[in-house]
Amino acid sequence: MYSVNYHRAASVADAVKKVKAGDGKFLAGGMTLIPTMKSRLAAPSDVVDITRIASLSGITVSGKTVTIGATTTHAEVATNAKLAKVCPALCSLASHIGDPHVRHKGTIGGSISNNDPAADYPSAMLALGATIVTNKRQIPADKFFKGLFETALKEDEMVTEVTFTAPAKAGYAKFPNPASRYAVTGVFVAKGKDGVRAAVTGAGDNGVFRSKEVEAALAKKFDAASLDGVKVSAKGLMGDIHATPEYRANLVVVMAKRAVAAANG
Amino acid sequence: MSEVTINVNGRTVTKTVEDRTLLVHFLREELGLTGTHVGCDTSQCGSCVVHVDGKAVKSCTMLAAQASGSSVVTIEGLANGAELHPVQAAFKEHHGLQCGFCTPGMIMAAVDMINRHPEGLDEATVRAELEGNICRCTGYHNIVKAVLAASAAMGKASKGKAKAA
Amino acid sequence: MGMEGIGARVARKEDRRFITGAGRYVDDMVVPGMKHAVFVRSPHAHAEIKKIDVKKAKAMPGVVDVLVGKQLKSDGIGNLICGWMIHSKDGSPMKMGAWSPLAVDRVRYVGDAVAIVVADTKGQARDAAEAVEVSYKELKAVTEAVDALKKGAPQLHPEAEGNLIYDWEIGDAKATDAAIAKAAHVTKMHIVNNRLVPNAMEPRAALGHYDKAEDHYTCWTTSQNPHVARLVMSAFYNVAPENKLRVIAPDVGGGFGSKIYIYPEEIVCLWASKKTGVPVKWVADRTESFLSDAHGRDHVTEVQLAFDKDNRMTALKVDTIANLGAYMSLFSSSVPTYLYATLLSGQYVIPAIHANVRTVYTNTAPVDAYRGAGRPEATYLLERVVETAARELGVAPAELRRKNFVTSFPYQTPVIMCYDAGDYAASLDAAMKAADYAGFAKRREEAKKRGKLRGIGMSNYIEACGIAPSAAVGSLGAGVGLWESAEVRVNAVGTIEVLTGSHSHGQGHETTFSQLVAGRFGVPIESVSIVHGDTDKVQMGMGTYGSRSGAVGMSAIVKALDKVEAKAKKIAAHLLEADEGDIVIENGALKVAGTDKNVPWFQMALAAYTAHNLPAGMEPGLKEGAFYDPSNFTFPAGCYICEVEVDPDTGHTDIVQFVAADDFGNIINPMIVEGQVHGGIAQGIGQALLEGCKYDASGQLLTASYMDYTMPRAGDLPSFKVSTSNTPCPSNPLGIKGCGEAGAIGSPPAVINAITDAIGNNDLTMPATPQKVWAALQAAKKH
Repeated sequence: MYSVNYHRAASVADAVKKVKAGDGKFLAGGMTLIPTMKSRLAAPSDVVDITRIASLSGITVSGKTVTIGATTTHAEVATNAKLAKVCPALCSLASHIGDPHVRHKGTIGGSISNNDPAADYPSAMLALGATIVTNKRQIPADKFFKGLFETALKEDEMVTEVTFTAPAKAGYAKFPNPASRYAVTGVFVAKGKDGVRAAVTGAGDNGVFRSKEVEAALAKKFDAASLDGVKVSAKGLMGDIHATPEYRANLVVVMAKRAVAAANG
Repeated sequence: MSEVTINVNGRTVTKTVEDRTLLVHFLREELGLTGTHVGCDTSQCGSCVVHVDGKAVKSCTMLAAQASGSSVVTIEGLANGAELHPVQAAFKEHHGLQCGFCTPGMIMAAVDMINRHPEGLDEATVRAELEGNICRCTGYHNIVKAVLAASAAMGKASKGKAKAA
Repeated sequence: MGMEGIGARVARKEDRRFITGAGRYVDDMVVPGMKHAVFVRSPHAHAEIKKIDVKKAKAMPGVVDVLVGKQLKSDGIGNLICGWMIHSKDGSPMKMGAWSPLAVDRVRYVGDAVAIVVADTKGQARDAAEAVEVSYKELKAVTEAVDALKKGAPQLHPEAEGNLIYDWEIGDAKATDAAIAKAAHVTKMHIVNNRLVPNAMEPRAALGHYDKAEDHYTCWTTSQNPHVARLVMSAFYNVAPENKLRVIAPDVGGGFGSKIYIYPEEIVCLWASKKTGVPVKWVADRTESFLSDAHGRDHVTEVQLAFDKDNRMTALKVDTIANLGAYMSLFSSSVPTYLYATLLSGQYVIPAIHANVRTVYTNTAPVDAYRGAGRPEATYLLERVVETAARELGVAPAELRRKNFVTSFPYQTPVIMCYDAGDYAASLDAAMKAADYAGFAKRREEAKKRGKLRGIGMSNYIEACGIAPSAAVGSLGAGVGLWESAEVRVNAVGTIEVLTGSHSHGQGHETTFSQLVAGRFGVPIESVSIVHGDTDKVQMGMGTYGSRSGAVGMSAIVKALDKVEAKAKKIAAHLLEADEGDIVIENGALKVAGTDKNVPWFQMALAAYTAHNLPAGMEPGLKEGAFYDPSNFTFPAGCYICEVEVDPDTGHTDIVQFVAADDFGNIINPMIVEGQVHGGIAQGIGQALLEGCKYDASGQLLTASYMDYTMPRAGDLPSFKVSTSNTPCPSNPLGIKGCGEAGAIGSPPAVINAITDAIGNNDLTMPATPQKVWAALQAAKKH
């Protein structure tokens, strides 16, 4: 790791000020940022620890409206009883991120701000039609995720919370990379008042995306069998040593089926 | 440089270290607590697992400065004097270690796992929960056995029959 | 024997320090004034070094010095060597290219060390390493052995034309070809044995300390054989004469072969310590380990197995190309030859065998022995082709094997080995029973209802442990003897220290070796200490690899114990005024047989040291040493059966059952033996399902961290059903065979045989990743 200055922020405004003062980065759980700094692929002048800002952490469920603070850890999302009542799919998703130790530190805000193309949360945000709340504005998930590690966030902008309306049904299934355990392909499906949304992570060569083929098939009937025979094009899908685009295309359909099955219980 | 104050194994220590100092290096190099190991660079092997404020975390993926004000328990702080922690005892009894390098992280992870599962553990759960700890010697067979035995010994109901062969 | 003697499941004595965080590994060592080293490594697979500019780096904060290969050469430090001479079939010696511990004018793989930076902290050393300016002229690289042999391929070493190191053969080519020509059936296959990275959890490390006042060096290193390290560093690398060099291998966190070799880093740290006047510590990070640890396997083979009309094997013909990487590592030449082709007869009577092996330089990390070393490659080859033959011939795999088993011993194979003892059918029967082989068809039907493809596969391996005797391996080209030493010191109060040349890096020697001694003399196990891993304490030893510590290391202890016992009995007889021949040792006392006259063990020991009343002419003291050179290899063998379920939608394979039935001869501590088997199986399943080291065409390592190289995790594996049978080995005093590698040797073909059985497509390479299995399923659908 290169030399870096560590700061602790007392408030969101304080955090933004400290990040702006140099070539700074917000530091939440650090589960991606610190390994990246260790391998010298990231070299911020400053890191600003936002985990002590009390207002950024916690889960509230009010009727069907769910709000999750940015520094809420994966472990907290996975085990939150109120959330489990209205959107168990998100608890399940969080319970399979990384490993237990990573889940104790990693946060939802950090995950979506980083927008790793193989991270789990972006697919949930997109499929749930969540709103990403920052210190400046509210951004619909559809406009938030911009590509590989790219989001709509400006340099001095910080995710403070995410909010969404719990759908009638939702499910997530992922096929993990056998080495890294990130998603080779993960599909989050949600059936809400605006119809069916299915978002795919891990597979797209430009990050998380909604699968038209899957959504069209499920719009007819929200049932795994609706996906029988559905083909997803390998075009635009990622290929690497672990999975070809064709294999990922197959996994999109398979994981979508499993996600729907999970959603239907 | 930052002044870092951490309660480690019940003792509060204050040191001035480079901000880039990882918690694992703080423990090993500043405090001489070399039981916590580094086995990889990508936060996967789990040799460095310690408890920070009661939760298992990877000390190689955390700055010492982040832990300032927190309480840390390392493998050296687990036993009660000469009396081994039940998880330590189970690892010995069931031959849950060979070269010993992953063992401190494995034991700290196991303690955390058992704490989070007061309802008891079964083999499948133990194997899934060990996702963040890599062992190259044991094939995990006896580690799983040791964790199940420790969980039972710690007074937890054993969910299902512990079929660790 | 008592509760702590041979055969007892004694909990390990060494565990307490490991479970309390008190283990002492190289990285835990601190020497006053110690500085930290980082190596500058080549980012290119193949390039000329035009210039190295260290000026900027030297001026960085905390930097003590930056040293390069030219300085090392001018100080007379030698090139690394390969210690096993292999001759090509034309009689010419193997072509060993020069390997400088720090590259001087050319780099040959990504990770090749170019310079060392020594600084106050590791962070500062890394900062400065980035500031070392190396100008490279890139050259074309080649990473696959098959490609390296092609005309026009980039050439690595001027010494090795066409990148060919040797072209070696064993067996009778004519007889083999003739048998194949008149065979009733010939099964032909193309077999790839995938390259692996050993990945001991403790990364390699070295701490070099030159003491100017004493003109003496100490090296703490992650070694499986510190004495060999000292020997080689003294005799070949000119680091220091043996009496001026102490090598200590303290607690070592796993080896699996990768810590046998003497690497550039320990040599350079010792030299740099003298150069800079400070102790120099280097600890690899994991990616550095991936880049620079010796890798394993990497064979490509064409094989033919011939049968007569009664399905008896008549001939085996093997043509192998083995990738040895950019340089010849210490024992690399022996792995694809004498540790591989000599085991190609497997458990079978095959009248004619011929194997041709070409080894090749490529722009990849050096390849050497990794758990099993040659024997997994032989076993995979043979057990895949036997299973395939059974499918082609339409006979049950178990029955085809059984029909061809060696059943009378000793059995001389056509490829040097002479099997001393074994009962292969017993292991096969035991495994089939444990696996409920007969019930498989039902389980397959049940799985089908759940949408899963269930398959079963077996593997009947034989391996050779405790390579020996020294004269024989010497005649085959080995540069060292393969004996072991032991010294037994009985202290004046009767406690016992055993100094051994074996080295434990997870195998539990402190326990099993103590059991041997405690059982022999009836003394408490706590009164026995095992001393190893330090060249200042133990005179000489050959270390631990090739499952040799039991068969060879413990046999040396037995020899020393024999001498101790003889002298102890003499002393006791003198004290008890009895005949020496009437003395027996029981429960910690020396007794006159059939009487109650006895002298406790500790009193006898005290008498030896007070020397007030010893037999006339006897020297005081009680300390004996022995060197043991075995008369033959040992031959563990067994049968492994793997059962899998494949998810046809994703290609994911679940190992639902894994059975191992091994014959290890006599066993000292069943708990430790089982642990060795578990670990070996996990590595074998890792090779079969998960692990594959991959370079791209330009020589960049694509699997350089745990993000891309799949290590077996708990969730990837089942609990294993292991059992042993115990045909005693006739060639060592304990009748033990060795158990360290069997799991890794026997398991890969069982796994692949099971998966190919499940999916109905035999065209599958290791690692059988979900993607590959899925693709094989798609291909099978098309046919």
